[in-house]
Amino acid sequence: MALYSDKVMDHFRNPRNVGKLDDADGIGEVGNAKCGDIMRMYIKVDDGIITDVKFNTFGCGSAIATSSMATELIKGKPIEEALDLSNKAVVEALDGLPTHKIHCSVLAEEAVRAAVKDYYDKNGIAYDPELFKESEDPHGESCEN
Amino acid sequence: MFVYADNAATTSISKTALDAMMPYLTDYYGNPSSLYSFGQKAAEALQASRETVAKYLNASPKEIYFTSGGSEADNQAIVSAARLGARKGKKHIISTQFEHHAVLHTLSRLEKEGFEVTLLDPHSDGVIRLEDVEKALREDTCLVTIMFANNEIGTVQPITEIGALCRERKVPFHTDAVQAAGHMPIDVQAMNIDMLSLSGHKFHAPKGVGVLYAKKGIVLTNIIEGGAQERGKRAGTENVAGIVALAAALKESCDHMEENTAKIIPMRDKLFRELAKIPHSKINGSLEHHVPGTVNMCFEGIEGESLLLMLDDQGICASSGSACTSGSLDPSHVLLSIGLPHEVAHGSLRLSIGEYNTMEQIDHIIEVVPKVVAYLRSISPVWDELEKGERPHLI
Repeated sequence: MALYSDKVMDHFRNPRNVGKLDDADGIGEVGNAKCGDIMRMYIKVDDGIITDVKFNTFGCGSAIATSSMATELIKGKPIEEALDLSNKAVVEALDGLPTHKIHCSVLAEEAVRAAVKDYYDKNGIAYDPELFKESEDPHGESCEN
Repeated sequence: MFVYADNAATTSISKTALDAMMPYLTDYYGNPSSLYSFGQKAAEALQASRETVAKYLNASPKEIYFTSGGSEADNQAIVSAARLGARKGKKHIISTQFEHHAVLHTLSRLEKEGFEVTLLDPHSDGVIRLEDVEKALREDTCLVTIMFANNEIGTVQPITEIGALCRERKVPFHTDAVQAAGHMPIDVQAMNIDMLSLSGHKFHAPKGVGVLYAKKGIVLTNIIEGGAQERGKRAGTENVAGIVALAAALKESCDHMEENTAKIIPMRDKLFRELAKIPHSKINGSLEHHVPGTVNMCFEGIEGESLLLMLDDQGICASSGSACTSGSLDPSHVLLSIGLPHEVAHGSLRLSIGEYNTMEQIDHIIEVVPKVVAYLRSISPVWDELEKGERPHLI
């Protein structure tokens, strides 16, 4: 389908790091079923490095592809770098997304941040709450809970 | 294996239709409005096509207007009835929540112009109730427009009965028969239909040609101005080749309707029977009142677009009413109108088959769909929660 780039289709067809981590140090979940996309991200952290990451996603092709790409971009990286992951970086790494699918990349960014926040919370690590300020709902006005 | 199972979206052109239209693309390219005999050759083809279409709808040739398709016919029918009504001070229109957007958007525009629109609830089975139409009728109702068969879930409406009621109350009745024409018998006289829209490409004619039937006495309002074509009601040089193909395809579809239906129904029923074995799936729309070829189902815990992409990889062309495929943030208005929760509507699949499909293709679909659904569920956090009982199953 010409809707998506080859890279998006590759990550959709062969998602990287798909699954669960039973011994995850942090779990983040964003989106909602009513809107048609939920991402759940699991991270394993050792010495401040994300040593393993997995995801489960309910959603469209780009939701699955952005989740997959996000896990690739943060795996093996220091946790601070994961926090710097922007949705733009995910979109670029996928060679672009159709405009109406950009919100999927926002969800992927938020899933990573939610997993990191969960890790901080569980381990009593202090952080600046500003770091995890609720971003604007990527869905806009429609499809609220 | 390539399986085209999206015949409700569009169909292939039949050989009969292609052969019929070809001479008007090559040898007889004259303008039917031209005086010379070369142009008149096209005019004759146009007239013969009009007679064919009229015959298969049980209408008079003078009641047949060729348009660019179903959407234009819907627009013109509704706007015409609205203008006629407004002249008599009648500005109330009855329709349904699950019409095609060609109808719904035209009605929204009229609402902005001061018309009042009542949209009937299609109930959970996708069938409009006669008593609901009766209750909604008012002294100032100037049009009832109810689709013959729904494009997504394939449910057929009680057209004859609604038509009779409208006739008794002297309210014009229009039906969008885009999904029915060529697939189910249509008789505008016996069914009490005042206006009807149909589209050629849903029954093996090319895209870009349709018909508006308007009963004698109904004054149409032009949507396109600029010429005397179609008795002054639809300007623009006629799509002669397309019109010839439409008439040939309609004739072919109607002449072979019984055998086509006899071939399609067992394939459709097998799809329903086998796909319904997938746990937490649901068949959408009444099976009792149904067009032959449309299968619409929901699978809980997955999203329709990923399902379609994976089916595409297996050669299967289908469609879905999920938000991502509807191009908006909400899933299909049709699925919501029959009461499906958003969560369930996102996981919908429409397979629409025709007489060109084979049982081997149906078996391929039956083999692939359960595997794809199972895979998508295996990576879905929603399914995970449903299975663990952390989230209640909705279907």
